[in-house]
Amino acid sequence: MIRVTLPAHLRKLAQVDGEVQVEVNGAVTQGSVLDALEEKYPMLRGTIRDHVTRKRRAFVRFFACHEDLSHESPDAPLPDAIANGTEPYMIIGAIAGG
Amino acid sequence: MSGVRVLVGTRKGAFILTADGKREKWDISGPHFAGWEMYHLKGSPADPNRIYASQSSGWFGQIIQRSDDGGKTWQQPGTPPGEPTTAPDGTPKGESNKFVYDTSAETGKPLTTHQWYDGTPHPWEFKRVWHVEPSIEDPDTVYAGVEDAALFRTTDGGKSWHELPGLRGHGTGAKWAPGAGGMCLHTILLDPKNRQRMYTAISSAGAFRTDDGGQTWKPINRGLHSQYIPDPTAEIGHCVHRIAFHKSRPEVLFMQKHWDVMRSDDAGESWREVSGNLPTDFGFVIDVNANEPETIYVVPIKSDSEHFPLDGKLRVYRSRSGGNEWEPLTNGLPQRDCYVNVLRDAMAVDSLDKCGVYFGTTGGQVYGSADGGDHWQAIVHDLPAVVSVEAQTLP
Repeated sequence: MIRVTLPAHLRKLAQVDGEVQVEVNGAVTQGSVLDALEEKYPMLRGTIRDHVTRKRRAFVRFFACHEDLSHESPDAPLPDAIANGTEPYMIIGAIAGG
Repeated sequence: MSGVRVLVGTRKGAFILTADGKREKWDISGPHFAGWEMYHLKGSPADPNRIYASQSSGWFGQIIQRSDDGGKTWQQPGTPPGEPTTAPDGTPKGESNKFVYDTSAETGKPLTTHQWYDGTPHPWEFKRVWHVEPSIEDPDTVYAGVEDAALFRTTDGGKSWHELPGLRGHGTGAKWAPGAGGMCLHTILLDPKNRQRMYTAISSAGAFRTDDGGQTWKPINRGLHSQYIPDPTAEIGHCVHRIAFHKSRPEVLFMQKHWDVMRSDDAGESWREVSGNLPTDFGFVIDVNANEPETIYVVPIKSDSEHFPLDGKLRVYRSRSGGNEWEPLTNGLPQRDCYVNVLRDAMAVDSLDKCGVYFGTTGGQVYGSADGGDHWQAIVHDLPAVVSVEAQTLP
């Protein structure tokens, strides 16, 4: 089971409190985790990645195990600590004014 | 007893104001969708409890929300939480947020660029829904005006949206350029007498009309004069801020342009200026009294660089003659030290007798008048900056 943390606005959209958990079959990558997340919470489609290009939205960042993975390949394997649920995969909204 | 529901979109959430027909005491609910920009909410004329809302964020993009109970509860159409992600008919869920420009070969000439501020080609990029316009007769059909300017439609209650590409593709689209607020399609008027006719307005391209249900479009900007563009009388390039009509007389249009208040008596084929004695004819909103087709309202703003009322006095101006002769309405409005703006979608009327008029400000006030503008009260005065105001008259 993969643990995922969402920013507050997206938790509200998905109608969840705290972390969510998703199941990934096969390689655990950013792409497969986000696919599983959007499968379980379809209301999040388009809010993290563009509907069509599947690219990360500009003001969204991805972190895992204290590393910024925002610019890593969506197909690169995530650390074991993410795959085994020890650490959460973190989706974060960039800090900006307003 | 009849009543009124006022739908208010703000920079940080939506609010719903309700009152009985006297319109003296108001209940306020909200914030709905707290923290999100709510560009517009509007109810279906065919089913007033069906309300559509545009929720957006610079971080997380566009969300469409729908209420079937007058704003008490909301859902993203077609996407109840915890259910399978594919509908029984195979349609994927989570599509209600998806606004993708039509680039198919079958439906016209795919458009790839419009003009950027400096005149260079710029790719079309979806940013947000500025305006939702439910169909007059079908609660499941809604039009959406978006930035970068295009017209979308749903016929399944908001579950999926598809562009009407004839507007962008009619011939001038490649020359459209954004105004300071972005290149937005902000006005959609559905003709109640001729269901094949509708009007749209785009900043800063101008006004457009279709007479075949949205398949083909033509610019309707003859008579507009804009000194800020190289050819002041060009076919397109005018920064139209708002258009309004009276539903009994949809061929008579009133326009608040960047500068100038305009009128057309022939469905936009030609326009003439009716600014008359206004102290300044810059502004954003314009609306028509529901009971008096020649009574119109504007809120003059000092200039295109000073977006606040003249002399710190918030004044609605009313014309009872369809323009040219205007009177200031001040009773109940601040007449000193007021420097708010009233944005283009932030004025509405109800259809009671006497007509209720409502407008919201960037200072967070929503003012209402239950007597056609003679007297005003601040229904609420400390909301986030108001972006849009719509009024529903309830049975």
